[in-house]
Amino acid sequence: MMEGTEGTMRCEDALRLLAAYLDGELDRNEHFDVERHLEACRTCYSRAEFHRLLHSRLAGLGRREPDAEFGARLAGLVRHFTRGAEPKPHSE
Amino acid sequence: MPGVMTEHFTDRASWFEAEAERLLPDLYGAALRLARNDADAQDLVADAVGNAWTHLASLQDRASFRGWVFRILHNCFVSRCRSLRAQATEEPYDEEGADGFSLFERLHQPFLLWWGSNPEQEFLDKLFREDLERAVDALPDSFREVVILADLQGFSYREIADVLGIPIGTVRSRLARGRSLLQRALWQHAVDAGLRSAGESDEAKGG
Repeated sequence: MMEGTEGTMRCEDALRLLAAYLDGELDRNEHFDVERHLEACRTCYSRAEFHRLLHSRLAGLGRREPDAEFGARLAGLVRHFTRGAEPKPHSE
Repeated sequence: MPGVMTEHFTDRASWFEAEAERLLPDLYGAALRLARNDADAQDLVADAVGNAWTHLASLQDRASFRGWVFRILHNCFVSRCRSLRAQATEEPYDEEGADGFSLFERLHQPFLLWWGSNPEQEFLDKLFREDLERAVDALPDSFREVVILADLQGFSYREIADVLGIPIGTVRSRLARGRSLLQRALWQHAVDAGLRSAGESDEAKGG
């Protein structure tokens, strides 16, 4: 238990829940418990900030605007599909 | 071509064109990391958009269009992988010791906090976009897919489970392993680039 974290969860429990906490996947109570711990524990707070930053750098890879050539090719393809034929009827 | 299509069909086509255009940067971003080269990524996106239009009637709820198209992108990727693997086997990868690797643990120096220094942040600041791309690209397919969907595309665990057709527990475990491997690759890159010392490098290889 780090100094100043009395009354909050243990560091190892915060560490176990940290990824799900940062991903917004914890229920309200667990989320609140991790948050309280992070407010009190400098090391766990630093760890959480590090992962937030890494995550934001990775999120920057998620979108890529197509160059003009690919954009035009795809737009033409979509128009070819949508103006050429009806989608198949649902067969399930 | 109004007159040839019914009004209903024209509306649907316009809606699809607008949604496909809106999603294109996300699909292309994901496809680049899945395919790991531009030509295949473009083909993947084209396949996914074409299949999405063809099977549009199976989309239950237009609000779930994004996840639905990513599921199609995944299916296109799996099909391509199967045909490619018929020609060449996937490079083997070493998962040994990958679990639990923490880049933060390698970098964190608690005493520096009191001097306002933050080596973890400085480390990330030194990484270029292509360093991160290379680390993602180095992940084996099954881990790369969940990392792309969670960290690059912001899908929830439930949505990822639906896209990939796997249990949510598998999403959690693959994501943990994938992130661990990714951090190890970033660390190794830093060592190779001389951003971290050789002594730390030996420790990392052992850990």
